[in-house]
Amino acid sequence: MATVRKDAAAPAAREAAVTGKGPVPPGKARSRTKRSTLPLTIGSGLLGLLIWVVLANIGIQGFPGPLEVAERAVTSIGDGTLLGDALASLRRVLTGFVLGVALAVPVGFLMGWYPVIRGLIEPWLQFFRMVPPLAIIPLAIVLMGIDETPKIFVIFLASFLSSVVSTFQGVVSVDSTLINAARVLGAKDRTVFTGVVVPASTPFILVGMRIGLGASWATVVAAELIAAQEGLGYRMQQAQLYYDLPTIFVQLIVIGLIGLIMDRALLLAERRLTNWQERR
Amino acid sequence: MSPVVSGAPKIEFRDVSHSFALGGGEFAALDRVNLDIADGEFVTVVGPSGCGKSTLMNVAAGLLEPDAGEVLVDGEPVHGPSPQRGVIFQQYALFPWMSVRKNVEFGLKIAGVGAAERRRRAERFIDMVGLTDFADALPKTLSGGMKQRCAIARAYAVDPTILLMDEPFGALDALTRVQLQDRLLDTWSRERRTVLFITHDVDEAVYLANRVIVMAARPGRVHRVIDVDLPYPRTEEIRLSPEFAELRREVWHSVYHQPTPMERTSS
Repeated sequence: MATVRKDAAAPAAREAAVTGKGPVPPGKARSRTKRSTLPLTIGSGLLGLLIWVVLANIGIQGFPGPLEVAERAVTSIGDGTLLGDALASLRRVLTGFVLGVALAVPVGFLMGWYPVIRGLIEPWLQFFRMVPPLAIIPLAIVLMGIDETPKIFVIFLASFLSSVVSTFQGVVSVDSTLINAARVLGAKDRTVFTGVVVPASTPFILVGMRIGLGASWATVVAAELIAAQEGLGYRMQQAQLYYDLPTIFVQLIVIGLIGLIMDRALLLAERRLTNWQERR
Repeated sequence: MSPVVSGAPKIEFRDVSHSFALGGGEFAALDRVNLDIADGEFVTVVGPSGCGKSTLMNVAAGLLEPDAGEVLVDGEPVHGPSPQRGVIFQQYALFPWMSVRKNVEFGLKIAGVGAAERRRRAERFIDMVGLTDFADALPKTLSGGMKQRCAIARAYAVDPTILLMDEPFGALDALTRVQLQDRLLDTWSRERRTVLFITHDVDEAVYLANRVIVMAARPGRVHRVIDVDLPYPRTEEIRLSPEFAELRREVWHSVYHQPTPMERTSS
């Protein structure tokens, strides 16, 4: 009796042994890489801080040290300007980004699915991809005034352009065998699209969104340097007028940190949503 | 040469020709192929690479419209794929974002089967291929053999009358391949679905089939048809018998000692 049971379980185990690809406890390999990079990350941070201290002490004119910058950060957190500026910048980025992605995903799918639509849209896309969104700012200000609209518009443009290209790439690179597999199981175009093309291109879309968010964040700060009443870029612009280097440093660090946090958040979402991918 | 077939054929290839554009010229993958496959028959197709084996299968599946001729299934011409003709691909073609269970349920969902019935039917076929313990696993966690068993369960779930298999075990190791061959024969002998099985492995072709179709390349065509008069169930004993060895030699000879296109034109 016992031998019979053992035999029944054997094929799967043997196959797993043969290929070495049996069910692996999730996260085992990942936690090992995490453990090995963390000390390096901390070490790298400390090293950077050390170089900063050295640079400040050998006396470049007006170059603030970490302590001075930290003090300024505490003051601007205390009087609420830092939070206000960060929120103003974030609001612009998120509005433009969400609008951009919301348009990019359907347009990218249409381009990937219908060659005619691709042929009509692609030349314009390739052209505008070569124009940095920042170069649109003067035009946008003239046409749309100096309030929120032109800033949100250029962010929308930045995120749209990067997301639309990757969505389109995702659709055209869907494995044709998967599409055939769905068709022989009875799937018509509609089911092939929603059941195969959409999930198969999700990894591409998420990568495009990450690139788009990075581009949006870079664009908002630059747009605020040109015309704004609040925001991280605006604050730096003001500080520049008064040779206020510590404030510039605070803004730069906050810009970097927020960008990093947003990128990590999307990366995490990407990992979660595309957990099914075979990663090498 | 032509086999004795009782009743109307299940699948008929009628003068099927198909060419692909190749470097400015044309490549004749299939040249006036005629072939009848009886209901419940297990037919294997072997031949050198480029002989149009896969094209033959894609045409039968309805994934490829031939340049000329037609394929009839139960007397009806094939236009486009149908769940009646299940296909097993060499690269498994599982949907990587779906669990084994969801993969197997996919065709049933399209057919409009309700959730409870879908789950029950899927479970039956997952059990048939021995993947019950892995029903909720994602394909990436499965070995090659397990993936192909999942693909077989997915094809069976929609209850096709014909199975078209394109080198399904070609990417597997020898041991797994033999295990899956025996499982396939076991299921086939119980249910007698018509099977058209493409392979490049002469042993596999003889071991599984009622009839082996040997194809020749440039242009792709039927070269020989060899009946395999070995009883089912096929066992290790049969695999090691002199009759099997003789058939294998015959198939091997007609696959690997085909007249080259040069010889044919000069003769």
